[in-house]
Amino acid sequence: MRLAVFFIREASAETENSMSESVKFHFDVNGQSFTSAGQASVQVKKNLRELGISPEVIRRVSIAMYEGEINMVIHAHGGEADVEVFEDKIVIVLNDHGPGIKDVELAMKEGYSTAPDNIRSLGFGAGMGLPNMKRYTDDMKIETQLGVGTKITMTVNF
Amino acid sequence: MKISDIKNLLDAEVICGEEHLDRDVYSACGSDMMSDVLAYVKDQAVLLTGLVNSQVIRTAEMMDMICIVFVRSKRPTEDMIELAKENGVVLMSSKKRMYEACGLLYTGGLRGNGEQHE
Repeated sequence: MRLAVFFIREASAETENSMSESVKFHFDVNGQSFTSAGQASVQVKKNLRELGISPEVIRRVSIAMYEGEINMVIHAHGGEADVEVFEDKIVIVLNDHGPGIKDVELAMKEGYSTAPDNIRSLGFGAGMGLPNMKRYTDDMKIETQLGVGTKITMTVNF
Repeated sequence: MKISDIKNLLDAEVICGEEHLDRDVYSACGSDMMSDVLAYVKDQAVLLTGLVNSQVIRTAEMMDMICIVFVRSKRPTEDMIELAKENGVVLMSSKKRMYEACGLLYTGGLRGNGEQHE
């Protein structure tokens, strides 16, 4: 069986309390193995729980980020994730140096996917990733350049 | 419906989380595609799947699901069991196929009632 191997580095979390009263988390998401994809989202979920954020907001943030993380592993060989918690919202920034998204409008359609077949046998690549990220967040911005990378900024309001 | 009712209806073997069998389950989702599972928020839900990899456990964790039933006699790996234990997720394995397992739970009173997040 042919199985592409992805690499993901141990998600390393750095917490810092900045003067602006926001709380920031930073993660490196490098594709080592599909198996460990999602570790950053798991950590974010734990961190947000400790901060006393409501379960509904935590769920929305962690699902959106999880889909993003999976996307970064499938399409971009990993990347970076930054989560910033403000008083009234949470902002998630996902940055990768992958191939970029050719047609964003098409990529946003449910069911459209460019993921290889072996990813579908792993339970992803159904063309629901980006639509799910949009569904769970209040605002989503995609900045992408072919051959350079993609930056996705998502906001969840409290 | 209790998790123990699911065990009985599906004649399932509990792999881990025996101590959580008296927890209530209000909805269910059957799929091998995790992104389809992630599209619908359900309350204290059970996931039925034939997919075996660690993303199944992570998906359940992201969705705050409390029980996963592996259909068609599929069995989770040790890594998956460890992940599930960490998160208090009950894992079960049933010989039933997906269609039959879903039907048994549905007629047993467990409706889907998942609502797509707007």
